[in-house]
Amino acid sequence: MMIPDASTADHGGTTGLPFPPAVSPEKTLDAAQWGMLAFLLSEVAFFGTLITAYVAYIGQDIAGPTPHEVLSLPLVLVTTLCLLASSGTIHLADRRLHQGRGRGFQLAWSATIVLGVAFLLGTAYEWRELIVEHQLTIGRNLFGSTFYTLVGFHGLHVTMGVLMMLAVLGLMLAGQLSTDNRQPVQLVSWYWHFVDGVWIVVFAVVYLIGR
Amino acid sequence: MTSEFILLASGPDAVQNLSIFDPASPPAESIRALSLLVAAISAFIFIIVEGVLFYSVARFRGRGGPQASEPPQVYGSKAIEIAWTAAPALIVFILVLVVTRTLWAVNRPNPQPKAGDQALYVTVIGHQWWWEYVYETYDGRKLGVVTANEMHVPASTGGVSRPVYLTLKSADVCHSFWVPRLGGKTDLIPGHPNEMWFQTDKPGLYLGQCAEYCGTQHANMLLRVIVDEPADFERWLENESKPAVVPADDDGPESAGQATFFTQSCVNCHRIRGMSANGKFGPDLTHLMARRTLASGMVASNRDHLRQWLVDPQSVKPGCLMPAFGLQPREIDRIVDYLLTLN
Amino acid sequence: MASIELDTPEVGQAAARSSAAPSLLYDLVTTVDHKKIGLMYIAMALVFLVIGGCEALLMRWQLLFPRYDFIGPDAFNQLFTMHGTTMVFFMGMPTLIGIGNFMVPLAIGARDMAFPRLNAFGFWVSLLGGLLVYFSYATGGAPAIGWFAYAPLTERTFARSAATDFWALGLTVSGTGTLAGAVNFIATILGMRAPGMTLRKVPFFAWTMLWTSVLILFAIPPLTAALVMLLFDRNLGAHFFDTQNGGSALLWQHMFWFFGHPEVYILILPAFGMVSEVIPVFSRKVLFGYEFMAAATAAIAFISLGVWAHHMFAVGMSRTADLFFVVSSLLVSIPTGIKFFNWLATMYGGRISFASPMLFAFGFLSMFLIGGLTGIMLAAAPFDFQLTDSYFVIGHFHWVLIGGTLFGTFAGLYYWYPKVTGRMLSERLGRWHFWLLYVGFFLTFGPMHVSGFLGMPRRIYTYDVDRGWDFWNQLTTVGALLQAPSYAIFIYNVVVSLWKGRPAGNDPWDAWTLEWTTTSPPPSYNFEQIPVVHSRRPLWDIKHPDDPDWKYE
Ligand code: HEA
Ligand code: HEA
Ligand code: HEC
Ligand code: CUA
Ligand SMILES: [Cu+2]
Repeated sequence: MMIPDASTADHGGTTGLPFPPAVSPEKTLDAAQWGMLAFLLSEVAFFGTLITAYVAYIGQDIAGPTPHEVLSLPLVLVTTLCLLASSGTIHLADRRLHQGRGRGFQLAWSATIVLGVAFLLGTAYEWRELIVEHQLTIGRNLFGSTFYTLVGFHGLHVTMGVLMMLAVLGLMLAGQLSTDNRQPVQLVSWYWHFVDGVWIVVFAVVYLIGR
Repeated sequence: MTSEFILLASGPDAVQNLSIFDPASPPAESIRALSLLVAAISAFIFIIVEGVLFYSVARFRGRGGPQASEPPQVYGSKAIEIAWTAAPALIVFILVLVVTRTLWAVNRPNPQPKAGDQALYVTVIGHQWWWEYVYETYDGRKLGVVTANEMHVPASTGGVSRPVYLTLKSADVCHSFWVPRLGGKTDLIPGHPNEMWFQTDKPGLYLGQCAEYCGTQHANMLLRVIVDEPADFERWLENESKPAVVPADDDGPESAGQATFFTQSCVNCHRIRGMSANGKFGPDLTHLMARRTLASGMVASNRDHLRQWLVDPQSVKPGCLMPAFGLQPREIDRIVDYLLTLN
Repeated sequence: MASIELDTPEVGQAAARSSAAPSLLYDLVTTVDHKKIGLMYIAMALVFLVIGGCEALLMRWQLLFPRYDFIGPDAFNQLFTMHGTTMVFFMGMPTLIGIGNFMVPLAIGARDMAFPRLNAFGFWVSLLGGLLVYFSYATGGAPAIGWFAYAPLTERTFARSAATDFWALGLTVSGTGTLAGAVNFIATILGMRAPGMTLRKVPFFAWTMLWTSVLILFAIPPLTAALVMLLFDRNLGAHFFDTQNGGSALLWQHMFWFFGHPEVYILILPAFGMVSEVIPVFSRKVLFGYEFMAAATAAIAFISLGVWAHHMFAVGMSRTADLFFVVSSLLVSIPTGIKFFNWLATMYGGRISFASPMLFAFGFLSMFLIGGLTGIMLAAAPFDFQLTDSYFVIGHFHWVLIGGTLFGTFAGLYYWYPKVTGRMLSERLGRWHFWLLYVGFFLTFGPMHVSGFLGMPRRIYTYDVDRGWDFWNQLTTVGALLQAPSYAIFIYNVVVSLWKGRPAGNDPWDAWTLEWTTTSPPPSYNFEQIPVVHSRRPLWDIKHPDDPDWKYE
């Protein structure tokens, strides 16, 4: 028995059997892209939960310090700018690669890494202040518990992003990854944009509403 | 087994009746009404759907082997699909209406106590694994009576309705207050006070138990609600509000027991009003003997059980939060003598 | 794109030879083949089914007599915690993910899952999670917190031993594995379908696996987050659920059930998928109203994200909140009804043959309905005030989990076993399995509804003599004892048929979907050539070239 298909058209015709319409390949995302998309959706649910917990506990503390007393805006504004800028640079990198301009790509890509690291350093500094100056630990009060958990998990994601970007860069410089294979770069940049998006929400909740 | 069937069919007061189908209080009654309606609707759906299923099975049970020709292929029908989407939707709509009505009837927020309201206000505090009852007000009168494990309430006899309004709190983990014949469950959640109410014109003993898993002895966190004739209730309240009795003669075994009681650690966890015993961790013992049971309804309250309890509470209620103290038999007897005077 | 040949045993043998590895164990540990991984998932699930089942038997024996002391309170409380956790996380989900792993690529005409390595990772991590949870016994006893582990009972203050940490850690780890599986299914089903197989033409089982995976995406991460918070509370002194320091007991309940309710539909949707494959083949009719079935599946997935607090009617929410969750819960019954009626319509006018797969599909239809209707009773909030945390709930969910998920799964297992192994299961043993389970199941869980009505709460290790619950509990225990051999028979059948079973051939059921075009067992590469598909029943088109499906779709 045969499954009739495009290539057996004449065979279908001669036997006088009904002949199926030719199949047109659908144009959608490929498997890897669907995979990253699905993963990011689950991340939405994950951060959604952490943020819900944070919001639920705003102002519920029975012991200080409160966010208003200890969180400093100037610092976090700088780090936020770094992160937002990095979204721009990684987009640029993606474009450059698309245009086949390897140097330009490497520049923008490295810039993104630097900005990411800057953000992490800023966070590290902020945490040092909180812990040393204000004795705010995860066990101090609800604010401490929710703050370190939420900001910490976001920081973890930034770190992962930086590592992935380093890996891509390393592989390219080592010639393991050809510049005309855009997929890794594209997926990493999707992830990075997501991490940025999450930060915008975290920033609004922790430093604007919660403060 | 017939007895179970009677219970189920909510027959005449069987001795121990916890059937949700034998309500004795307005909330429980309206829930029963709702449940019968929902059950009827479900039965209706059940009969139709299973009917069709069994009919198809009987009617279209295959004859002839696989080589027999395939039956006509039917791919679907919009009209039919719409029909059997609309029918359930209609049923759902009806269900929502009846549920709403019952919900608003059952979950009434408690009113404020005021003079002459004939209402009893009790704060129920759940502990691992016993119940504390703080009597706030009755008929507008402030009370401040504290007791444990057996709750007395007045019956709404003589055409007067005497509602009981509960405020539910927890001292440790989540518990749930459930006396099936008086009403549905309401959880006792730390940091989240809840309310519920009931009222009944049938005096008697109503049983239930904690219905939210709360640790080792969750199974024996039993509830006993005693509904008294108003007069009896007043008498009980009267007695409960008195401080504990002091043993009559100073050198009888009772006062010796009292002495031992106060030299032991008992006082750290138990309260005996009018004495220096002010522990909060365990049940209030001021009128211990006014209760028919020990350890939240586990065993009848009598000399033997008291002895057993003091020798080793763990042997009576494994895992309960009162340790054994390795007291001398003599000490134990004295303490028991003393405890027996508390009523 | 050439056309594919049917009935070519050489291919099968060639495949068998080529895939014969030096050491079976080495092969299993290193494999990334979706079929082998699927089988490992199913094996894991069977082991945990027996473990969880035996835990259940122990509980049943303890409840045989009032004030019976067969096992003490602590042991009992640990048993129902482990039983529930095991059955949901290490029996239920692995079975479904395992069957999906084996069947989805075959059903959509792909050579493997999208990410084979991630796939292997997912399995091993899930298994590790199970081992971690059971390792808690090494800490002197399993956790005694119940499978939904309400705070603050799980805080250090009340649960001192490390058992609870292992439990939380285990679920976090296995959750990661489940998530990996879900991502893989989504990528595979959306990205690797055979040419011509548009989304409106995917086999129904694959469609339900897709929506189960979507639910996993949204349900598992909240649980993971909640478990992480719990672990922080217990080990870093955080205060999320520490009610002494402003933490909230209710937040845990909301977060758990936001996972917990979708979880139960994660467990039922693939079962829906399997009966939707079995019923048409054994009624010799096309699935009635495919589009509506598909839409209903999606609808169930969406609605089920908004009903979680129907597990919390007794916590004292506002009446409006209660009402909201009543409505959403009741709404689920509409799409579920649509499915039900379409299954019946598929059987109606067909030529139904009761081979064992269809027998279990029938068991599913007749029993799941009842479980669904008891669910409706629970969804009526005031009624639930009486029923919640009583044995009625236990009755409800075993009815849907066994009468629904397990019966549906067995239908699928009996249906696909020939494809997986190349041999038929014994019909006779299949019938014994079915009838013993059917009767035993009824006898076990039916009386639970009654003891619930009579005021018996769940999770009690014993009850007073005067409660009048003994009779009903004895029925239940007898039923459980009746069930045990049925599972034993099933396991025996599965193992022995590997050698003794009648050779199956490629297409023993005269079925219609792609997996039946390849050999049984399928070669490691699944298909000689990737088939081109024109309808939902490619093989129907081949077998009836004069009257193919694509003319009607
Ligand atoms: C396979 C898993 C599964 C499935 C499919 C369901 C299906 C449903 N469940 Fe169930 N449920 C569980 C597993 C499941 N449940 C578990 C494990 C628990 C307990 C967890 C724990 O506490 O440990 C639970 C508990 C549970 C509760 C909480 C009880 C409590 O603790 O107080 C509620 C309350 O609303 C509920 C409701 C429902 C409803 C409305 C459905 C609906 O989806 C049912 C829909 C189906 C039908 C209605 C039948 C077919 C429909 C028709 C024939 C159409 C016509 C019908 C109507 C119009 C009504 N379930
Ligand atoms: C899919 C899920 C699932 C399944 C299949 C089962 C199956 C069973 N369950 Fe389970 N159950 C749950 C999910 C499940 N349960 C959950 C989620 C809870 C809530 C836990 C909690 O409250 O926290 C629960 C709770 C629960 C309780 C309530 C405990 C309590 O509240 O105190 C009881 C009591 O009877 C019970 C009984 C049973 C029984 C008798 C079976 C029977 O069907 C089991 C039958 C199976 C066997 C008996 C297997 C034995 C097999 C052999 C012996 C074969 C050996 C042969 C070889 C090795 C070759 N279950
Ligand atoms: C560590 C705290 C603690 C100490 C010390 C303690 N108890 Fe208890 N006691 C409890 C708790 C908790 C209960 C409730 C047990 C239960 O029902 O689960 C209890 C219950 C009782 C009861 C039953 C009360 C009732 O309402 O049923 C009696 C009687 C009692 N204790 C007497 C004593 C005596 C006498 C001593 C001293 C020898 C003592 N207790 C010391 C904690 C304590
Ligand atoms: Cu208190 Cu269960
Ligand atoms: Cu639910």
